[in-house]
Amino acid sequence: MLGIESQEFLELKNHVVRIGQQIISKYAADVDRNARFPVESVNALKELKLLSAYVPESDGGMGLNILQISKICEILGHYCGSTAMIYSMHMIQVACIVHHSGESAYFSSYIKKLVKEQRLMASATTEIGVGGDLRSSICAVETTAESFKLDKKAPVISYGVDADDIMITARRSPDSAKSDQVHVILEKGQYELEQISDWDTLGFRGTCSSGFNLTSSGKTEQILPVPFADILSQTMHPFAHLTWASLWSGIAADAVNIARASVKKAALQNIEMPPISAIRLGEVDSVLQTMRSNITVAVEEYSQLLQNNDTNAFTNFGFGIRINNIKVSSSELIVDIVGKAMLISGISSYRNDSKTSLSRHIRDAYGTALMVNNDRILLHNSTLLLMHKEEV
Amino acid sequence: MRGSGRRVSVDKIKQILVQHGRLSSDISTLENSSDLYNAGLTSLATVGLMLALEDEFDIEFPDSMLSRKTFSSIESIHDAIEELQQ
Repeated sequence: MLGIESQEFLELKNHVVRIGQQIISKYAADVDRNARFPVESVNALKELKLLSAYVPESDGGMGLNILQISKICEILGHYCGSTAMIYSMHMIQVACIVHHSGESAYFSSYIKKLVKEQRLMASATTEIGVGGDLRSSICAVETTAESFKLDKKAPVISYGVDADDIMITARRSPDSAKSDQVHVILEKGQYELEQISDWDTLGFRGTCSSGFNLTSSGKTEQILPVPFADILSQTMHPFAHLTWASLWSGIAADAVNIARASVKKAALQNIEMPPISAIRLGEVDSVLQTMRSNITVAVEEYSQLLQNNDTNAFTNFGFGIRINNIKVSSSELIVDIVGKAMLISGISSYRNDSKTSLSRHIRDAYGTALMVNNDRILLHNSTLLLMHKEEV
Repeated sequence: MRGSGRRVSVDKIKQILVQHGRLSSDISTLENSSDLYNAGLTSLATVGLMLALEDEFDIEFPDSMLSRKTFSSIESIHDAIEELQQ
């Protein structure tokens, strides 16, 4: 597929907007109320073949680039934050195998299966006992000949029950250091999940991010052929923060749309004298523009690095710092924007039962600083900043 | 690592690694090409390592060298320092 302005992509965007309006938004409230998996929305995404959107056209996918995937995430954010998060988290895993499976025959056939069956991929990176550090694992791959066993205590596996396959990080072997990690895919039927915690949260309730004890076995060909450290720096870290920030900007933009509608309604009542909320609308719109511009610049930088294919550039500390900054600032701006939109829209947006409710938006917004806690990220950045130098 | 007449002491680098690298593997078990991150080097420890290397060898790493790759092995650290001292 050609660039972000191509006719083909515009048509795809129209399809995404259509399922957003007709399906995803229709079920969003129920998904939120019952903290259930948005099965109707994910099925609609599958019908559009969007689960393999990032797979190259030569492998049967759409061949979308990071700019286009981010745009789709943003659109989905308008209709249901949970559906958008699930799509983003799935696409991060897809990107990991598209970028890093090399010449592997197993992964080549897996990608074809993913395209054909529109399989949903989940992720188990964090582990009980490592304190949220992605670059440490306790569990290890135990290999015998061409098979392995792998058990993990995962405090969170988003939509773990509803996924088809799960990608897991683990130490390379029982003798490896905690940071010597590999990235492994397990297909449905190869793993068992014993639920150890529920997911009854303020927001992003439809992601169903319960905790599980996972036990599994598989073939060694299911281990991605590069170290997880490389996968994280080149793909998982930038892809996650950029697509998350993009979908958060969609949630924020939807809140601003609701605020705008309320200002228009007030303006109609007395066209001679603009309502006082109009000033607030101007203010919140400028914050939204800041959020979007920040994200766009970062997505474009990552897109350029991918095109240059200089793997060392991804491990530059300055790049890592900028990606972290996007996550932190976007998670703060979404709370600011939705809060301002509530001030504009008034008490009807505070109600749970009104058509202009911003209840789900504000609850989702507060979760963004916590998924990979901002304080952890800022601490990490403050360390990296001791080394980083701005060069003119 | 080029040639045998190294101007930058590998032993000195190893000594700084022991002091600042907080490695989980014993330095004597590592080859010059071993992956230090797999040996337990964290990004936090990389900061201390970098500052100590700058101090010891009287160099300053430019932004273009501030990446995982530069600190990924004894060999890569050695080559980076040599390049900066030229």
